[in-house]
Amino acid sequence: MSDYAKPLPYPSPETQPFWDACKRHELSLPYCRACARFFFYPRRFCPRCFSWDIDWRACSGRGTLYTFAIQYRPQVPGFTPPYVTAIVQLEEGPRLMTNLVGIEPSPERIRCDMPVEVTWEDATGEITLPLFRPAP
Amino acid sequence: MSLKRKVAIVGADETDQIGIIPDATPIMLHAEAARNALRDAGIDKSEVDAVLTCGISGMASTQLCEYLGIVPQYTDSTMTGGSSFEIHVEHAAAAINAGLCSVALITHGETGHSGRMRRGPRGGFFDPTLPAMQFEVPFGVGGAPSAYCMAAMRHMHQYGTTSEQLAEIAVATRKWAQLNPRAMMRDDLTIEDVLSSRWIAYPFHIYDCCLVTDAGGAVVVVGAERARDFKKKPVWVLGSGEASTHQSLLGMDDITTTPARYSGKAAFEMAGVTHADIDVVEVYDSFTYTALVTLEELGFCAKGEGGPFVSGQRTAPGGDFPMNTNGGGLSYTHPGMYGMFILIEAVRQLRGECGARQVPDARLALVNGTGGTLSATGTLILGAD
Repeated sequence: MSDYAKPLPYPSPETQPFWDACKRHELSLPYCRACARFFFYPRRFCPRCFSWDIDWRACSGRGTLYTFAIQYRPQVPGFTPPYVTAIVQLEEGPRLMTNLVGIEPSPERIRCDMPVEVTWEDATGEITLPLFRPAP
Repeated sequence: MSLKRKVAIVGADETDQIGIIPDATPIMLHAEAARNALRDAGIDKSEVDAVLTCGISGMASTQLCEYLGIVPQYTDSTMTGGSSFEIHVEHAAAAINAGLCSVALITHGETGHSGRMRRGPRGGFFDPTLPAMQFEVPFGVGGAPSAYCMAAMRHMHQYGTTSEQLAEIAVATRKWAQLNPRAMMRDDLTIEDVLSSRWIAYPFHIYDCCLVTDAGGAVVVVGAERARDFKKKPVWVLGSGEASTHQSLLGMDDITTTPARYSGKAAFEMAGVTHADIDVVEVYDSFTYTALVTLEELGFCAKGEGGPFVSGQRTAPGGDFPMNTNGGGLSYTHPGMYGMFILIEAVRQLRGECGARQVPDARLALVNGTGGTLSATGTLILGAD
């Protein structure tokens, strides 16, 4: 029994492959074979060209910090402020909402566009969350 | 076919009390606002044949019509958060112009303060498989403050917008509130006060964030041929536009934009007026940043120039760009979907009813509601005769 107190994602059939890969500590994103581009979040089709010819491909887990905020109030139950919410721009194109960890949650330390890499939080036996930390 | 000058707002009012109303329920506030707006127009409830509303759980317009005792021939429960009511005005104009109805009642009522206090923290999402529940909430992104701050951060990074520039808006808006006896926050506020206040979500200080209150409001819209039959002088809908570009911040190509670039363009084109013609601007200020970025997106200044544009208390009383003249969501009231109140304030300015805060000779007003996470906007250009 997990004592994980934060809200957990509830995978749907179209997002299950993403969460299954996370459980293996792999970042796998949906890829449109017609556009030859990744997209996010997962759907059974490409939101750009509406092709349903979709594939899942591994991503590097590297990217940059598109933007962030330091949350000083618990916006979601289970979170203990201050914590850093972030949108990461992946090398492959899509952006993910995540938490930036492994750095002091201080306005002086965190900068937009800093390089980041994925790190994994095994929340429960079923769910692993992709978090990001500063890249060396 | 343009909707320019096809309808007018002939009634506009709020609930008797706004602010903290411990005993109210949302639907009570809808009804009280409806009574006050109909009384403002001098229209009997029996004449209302269209109801547009949102924010009541389930089937909003159906529930409200039953509650009010109205059998409508046209309803609309379009829900785009804080921009809903600007969009309702456009939809009412289209329906009236198409001959589907003749007297449209648009209502709002929320107990953002007292409802929350009674029920405890509530989530805004119900289907656990929704994208936001899978890809945002697990990372601690929930309510508006936890999302808008990330858009503001990128804007600050990309364009050099500063906390001081955001604070200019909080201070200027407070000065308007000090001229409005109904405003909740009327104490003096300086830029230093804002900058030394506690963080809610960096880069937002508490004074960058709107209030959370209880309030209701309503407006009455009729066709041009009836517009002069009522107690007050008509406020014409000269231009309108609506747009939505995403639900989540992740759905934005450029997080520093808003759909106001589209809804605003449509409204200006329909009205056939220029930015310089606008006498008073009422834009949704859920956060100081929301107002700043909206001015850019509407084209009042170049992209990224919102910070310099609002500097020097330009939007304050006596400045050359009167904005959010009731005191805004930042200092007047903000029950959750504040878009109704910028609409009412624009009507009051154009009627010349604003007393100490009246903008002299206000003939043209621009109203821009923003809903969701900068997701959906409705822009109206309103004019007095």
